[in-house]
Amino acid sequence: MTATLSELPIGQSARIKAYEKGSHTEQRLMVMGLLPGVEVRKIRVAPLGDPIAVEFAGSCVSLRRREAIGVLLETPA
Amino acid sequence: MTQTSTEPPQIALVGNPNIGKTTLFNLLTGMRQRVGNYPGVTVSKKIGTLRLGERDAHLIDLPGTYSLAAASLDERVVVDVLSGKLPGTQKPDLVVCVVDATNLTRNLFLAAQIAELAIPMVIVLNQWDLAERQGLQIDTDRLSAQLRVPIVPCVATRKESAQRVKDTLAQALLSPACLPPIQWPDAVAAATAHLRAAMPKGAAADLEDAEVHRLLFDANSALAERLEWPEDERRKAVQEARAMVQASGLNPLAAEALLQYDHINGLTKGVQTKVGELAKGQTESIDRLLMHRGWGLAIFAAIMYVVFLSVYTWAGPLMDGIEWAKGGLQDWISPFLAGTPMLQSLMVDAVIEGVGAFLVFLPQILVLFFFISLLEDTGYMARAAFLMDKMFGWCGLNGKSFVPLLSSYACAVPGIMATRTIEDPKARLATILIAPFMSCSARLPVYVLLIGAFVEPSHGPLIASLTLFAMHFVGLAVALPTVWILNKFILKTRPQPFVLEMPRYHVPRLGDVAWRMWESGWEFVKRAGTVIFAITIIIWALLYFPRPDAVAEEARAQVIAEQQAADPSMNLEAIEAQLQEEDSELAHVLERRESSAYIEQSYMGRMGKALQPVFHPAGFDWRITVGVLASFPAREVIISTLGVIYSLGGDVDEESPGLQQAMANATWQEGTRVGMKIFTLPVVFGIMIFFALCSQCGATLAIIKKEAGTRWAIFSFVYMTVLAWIGAVLCFQLGGVFG
Repeated sequence: MTATLSELPIGQSARIKAYEKGSHTEQRLMVMGLLPGVEVRKIRVAPLGDPIAVEFAGSCVSLRRREAIGVLLETPA
Repeated sequence: MTQTSTEPPQIALVGNPNIGKTTLFNLLTGMRQRVGNYPGVTVSKKIGTLRLGERDAHLIDLPGTYSLAAASLDERVVVDVLSGKLPGTQKPDLVVCVVDATNLTRNLFLAAQIAELAIPMVIVLNQWDLAERQGLQIDTDRLSAQLRVPIVPCVATRKESAQRVKDTLAQALLSPACLPPIQWPDAVAAATAHLRAAMPKGAAADLEDAEVHRLLFDANSALAERLEWPEDERRKAVQEARAMVQASGLNPLAAEALLQYDHINGLTKGVQTKVGELAKGQTESIDRLLMHRGWGLAIFAAIMYVVFLSVYTWAGPLMDGIEWAKGGLQDWISPFLAGTPMLQSLMVDAVIEGVGAFLVFLPQILVLFFFISLLEDTGYMARAAFLMDKMFGWCGLNGKSFVPLLSSYACAVPGIMATRTIEDPKARLATILIAPFMSCSARLPVYVLLIGAFVEPSHGPLIASLTLFAMHFVGLAVALPTVWILNKFILKTRPQPFVLEMPRYHVPRLGDVAWRMWESGWEFVKRAGTVIFAITIIIWALLYFPRPDAVAEEARAQVIAEQQAADPSMNLEAIEAQLQEEDSELAHVLERRESSAYIEQSYMGRMGKALQPVFHPAGFDWRITVGVLASFPAREVIISTLGVIYSLGGDVDEESPGLQQAMANATWQEGTRVGMKIFTLPVVFGIMIFFALCSQCGATLAIIKKEAGTRWAIFSFVYMTVLAWIGAVLCFQLGGVFG
């Protein structure tokens, strides 16, 4: 079972494992620094349920759940 | 031939969004800047001049971007300017990379990509003060040694920083140095060579490796459009090249980011140390309130309300002042030209009226851009997009469409100008196409006139004010389904990702805000002003000519005959004498009758009569048709046109009881509806809906043409006008059935 960034509870953090094959935002998110191995923390969800905001390496980026589903996380052993 | 010795050096300013690049630009160039356009694209080009020691240099402010992988128009310009590929630009002599000192690694990504273009570079470490406060120490000497380019720590809001940056730039022009580019693995180099070999000969010779990499790595490279390379051939070559990368164990879409970040990590090894724990920023505390699940939306609504209200209330007195000055100027100049009626009419009704017609919107635009620039510079705009994204997502827009649409409630022109912040070109186009549906302030007088004349007397003030309120949402109600259809069937927009950085909050510099207001105000005057002015003159000519003398004679004979019938005791001479008298009642009647008859005889009047059958299903007579036609350049013109047609003179406004009375009394003079009232409720609502939906604004069309091209301006005009016609006809026909 693989967790995705979309499912990560608010306030929790995890390391990015990889991107779903064919994720159309992979390149863009990686350029912004969301590389495999980077630790991200989900900081909030918009009042209407979408998009979400995540924090990593000092930046804060918002993305829609559809894109967040493509970001696979390492599950803590 | 260029004279390299005297030509000022070109310096390009690049950097990620929201890191104070524009502030630095303003600080370096001061008042010596100008805004133009890159040929063929709608991205505005900001060039400033700065003094470097003994000579001047040109500083080009490029749009903020994270990478050279061009997703938006803005970003594509960055690649094209840096590679010297835009017509009229040369490859810059030096590139200044503005880097956020608190986020060094990510910011250097762009610098590392630019390194491949082999342009000498200077790196400005901006927000140095913030980095210090966060307990971040950067060894600039070591960084400079490892990156092999000059590094300047900088606080873009401080004057001393500007001097330090200038000194470094002057030095760098004398002894240029480049950032060491990445050494690509063999597979990438081979794939690049393969692409080169496959593309047309001319294109290959012209491209640098860094540009070929854009084809290799980017999912939808904007560069592809520029090459004369048949699409199927190109796709095949790109696929083969990517397969070569894949075969070496690298994912082609991810390879660049992974390898570049590796390269950067190597270059920055040991330069950063964190002293102590990173203090929780103020940004997080502010966000906890402003983006709160409950409070967030309430505060957002309150902020928008204040913006909306201010646009109306702050601009109101200024607009009145402009109207007043316009009227005063018209009254003052009129007597001087009394001897030449045509020149008088041209000056008063066309030139002054035309200039006034667009100047009157300037105050609203300035107030609006004051707020937009304030919201952007503080960092709130990204939050607004975050909060609103879901609401606009269903019809294919995203949160960034919100502000342009809100702005359009004041005037569509600044609204459309504000769409430049939308990265995705199709989402931007969709927003441009529906922005003119928002109920702009020029529609207000039309609603006030018609509701005051026809709804209030019969239904009372409560219904009247509710009607006025509801009219403001007709456009929005049509716009959202329209954009859904547009996206689904015409633009065929693929679902767009929404990835947006939430910048740190900071206090905006008033100077930057003022510059922004000045730029947008000037752009409005330049772009929209010239068009409104030209169209006003054309419409004036159509309403003025051919003006045969017979019309005046006939009007005179009619007035005399009516006067004789009304008062048989008066003889012809007495009537003539009264007509000669300057301020007599009769002279005024004649004057108005003449202008009304002239309009009927004018080219516009004839067009109105000829086109009336088109509007017959909506219940419009030829006079309303003339009003509608004359309002195409600017919808508020209808008030004065109707005033002239109904023989009240052009000097009426939407609250003139005379005009409301005259319209209420107007009846059909011919056809099947003879003797019936023209302005029944279905017709009145039909007109209001027509004005709510129709593309009646030359300035808006001009700005659409500029931002999206002639094709889309024509499309916008046609589809809005057709929708307006359908709306008006439906209203009249259904009103006939149910009323």
